[in-house]
Parts: sequence; C-alpha cells; structure tokens
Amino acid sequence: MMDGLDRKIINQLQGGFPVCERPYAEAALMLGISENNLIERLDALLANGVLSRFGPMFHAEQMGGGLTLAAITVPDERFDDVAEMVNSHVEVAHNYARDHKLNMWFVVATETPERIFEVISDIEAETGLDVINMPKQEEYYIGLRLDV
Amino acid sequence: MTDRKTIDETDRLIIKASQAGLALDPRPYHVLAEVLDLDVDDVMARFFRLLDMGVIRRIGAVPNHYRLGYHANGMSVWDVDDQDMSDAGNAVGALDFVSHCYHRSRHLPDWPYNLFAMVHGLDRAEVEDKVAVIEDLLGPRAKAHEILYSTRILKKTGLRLVA
Repeated sequence: MMDGLDRKIINQLQGGFPVCERPYAEAALMLGISENNLIERLDALLANGVLSRFGPMFHAEQMGGGLTLAAITVPDERFDDVAEMVNSHVEVAHNYARDHKLNMWFVVATETPERIFEVISDIEAETGLDVINMPKQEEYYIGLRLDV
Repeated sequence: MTDRKTIDETDRLIIKASQAGLALDPRPYHVLAEVLDLDVDDVMARFFRLLDMGVIRRIGAVPNHYRLGYHANGMSVWDVDDQDMSDAGNAVGALDFVSHCYHRSRHLPDWPYNLFAMVHGLDRAEVEDKVAVIEDLLGPRAKAHEILYSTRILKKTGLRLVA
C-alpha cells in the first residue's frame, strides 16, 4: 500500500527530475528525505507497478518520426483476430478496445513520417477494414500531472 | 554536436538506453555514460539539449493509472467550430484532470469530432463529472460530444525506437 510519502513522491516527481551528478540526492532534498530513501521508494513503486517507469519521456515527432491515432470499426466476431493482426505490427504502440461503433483505437509510432501510411495501408490490406487515420493537428499541453 | 533541430546517432543511443528508465543508482547519468562508453558531461549536455528541443518532454515518474485505482479511462471527443479550436483547446488542456488534449481531423460523415481530451477517474461517474466541467467550459463552442471508455487494453508497449 502507498503511504503519504509515496504519494508525495509521485505528485512531485512527475517531471523536473534534475540532470546533474547526484539527481536523486537533489530531488530527495526537495522532498525532505535522504537519497537512499528516495531510491528505495522508487524501487518499490516500480516493483509493485504503481509506477510504470521512472526516467525521460520522449516526444516521438520531435525525434523525426511519425505518430498517429487510428481507429477501426471491427465486427464483434472478428475482434480478437483483428486485434492480433494490428498488434503484430511493431509500430503499434498502444491498442485499446473502446465502447463505440469505432471500437478499436491504436497509436502508430514510426521512425519516419512516411512509414505511417505504409503501416496503415498494410493493416487495411490484412484486415480488409477501413482504418481512420487521425493525426494530431495540434497539442494543447500544459503539463501531464496526476494527483494521487 | 549537430544542428539544434536534429538528433544524431549518439542521441539515439542515449534515447534507446534510457527509454525503459533511468538506473536507480545515485549517479544514473554516469551509469548511462558507462554503458554507452561516453563522457558523462557529454551525456548530461545532450539531456539538456534534448529537453530544450522538446525531444524529452520531461524526466520523472510515470504513474500507472490503473494500478492507482483510476479504473475508468474516458476519451472525451468534441465537435468544436474550427475558429474556436485554439481557445477551446488551450482552455481544456489547462484543466489539471485532462491528461492529454489534441486537435485531430474530423472524418465526416462518420466522425464529426475534432477535439480529444483524455480523462481518468476512479469510476465512470467521476469521469462524467469531469466531462461535465469540460462541457461547461466549452459552452456553445462545442456542438456535440461523446465519451469513449476503454474496455480492454489490447497492447501497451509504449513508444520505442525500434531501429
């Protein structure tokens, strides 16, 4: 179970982790705990899955790659087969079932922007279904932060 | 160093070696430098540059919403007049409970929605309360909206450089 210190760590360390020789020591100072204590807490939070990762979060397009959100209306009886076909592409990073007529939503991340269109047409050819491609036009990003 | 707008092979090595996470070692950037046989000052300088370029959004803890009890994941989608999009998007993106907010293209006639705002909640009732806040905020700027709840995670590997 998480305690107050775990919550404080999660709330305060969702960004701004320093780049310096002893970053855990510097972050620990702001939290009023020791470097060792912070490292142990993070280790436990990662081990029990409360944190999925601790480190840098990258912005795919800024690396020169392609990124899009795509969706398919999949007939119920074909849902699992189509999920398998879509997921078999290494470029598919996330895939979610959602309760809508458009019931399969996935993120495609590629090394080059052009590759997005190849992956999408491959998926259309394999599944025989239309893929709706919804690349972002703009991101309204203030600061991803979850209060726990 | 290459020009400020591109990343080079060394940057890519650093990204690949750190995308699963930083070492839980008192000197994580030194560990990275050692693994890659680079100078630690170069590694740290590249981190600053990648942050500055926006290639790294931020460095820190990535919480698992589901594991924290946020079992309801609602993608709220809105049909917003094009001329209002920028104001509407900035207003919705500024809400602290909206984790992602994007303007995406409509696909008429099937898909009239062009503003996407991701909302997490302990249950669907909480998501609906939060979506009601967005509805108030957008007012007449939004003609219609829906919430698409995720019912199953089919794949989640995160964004990875594969080459």
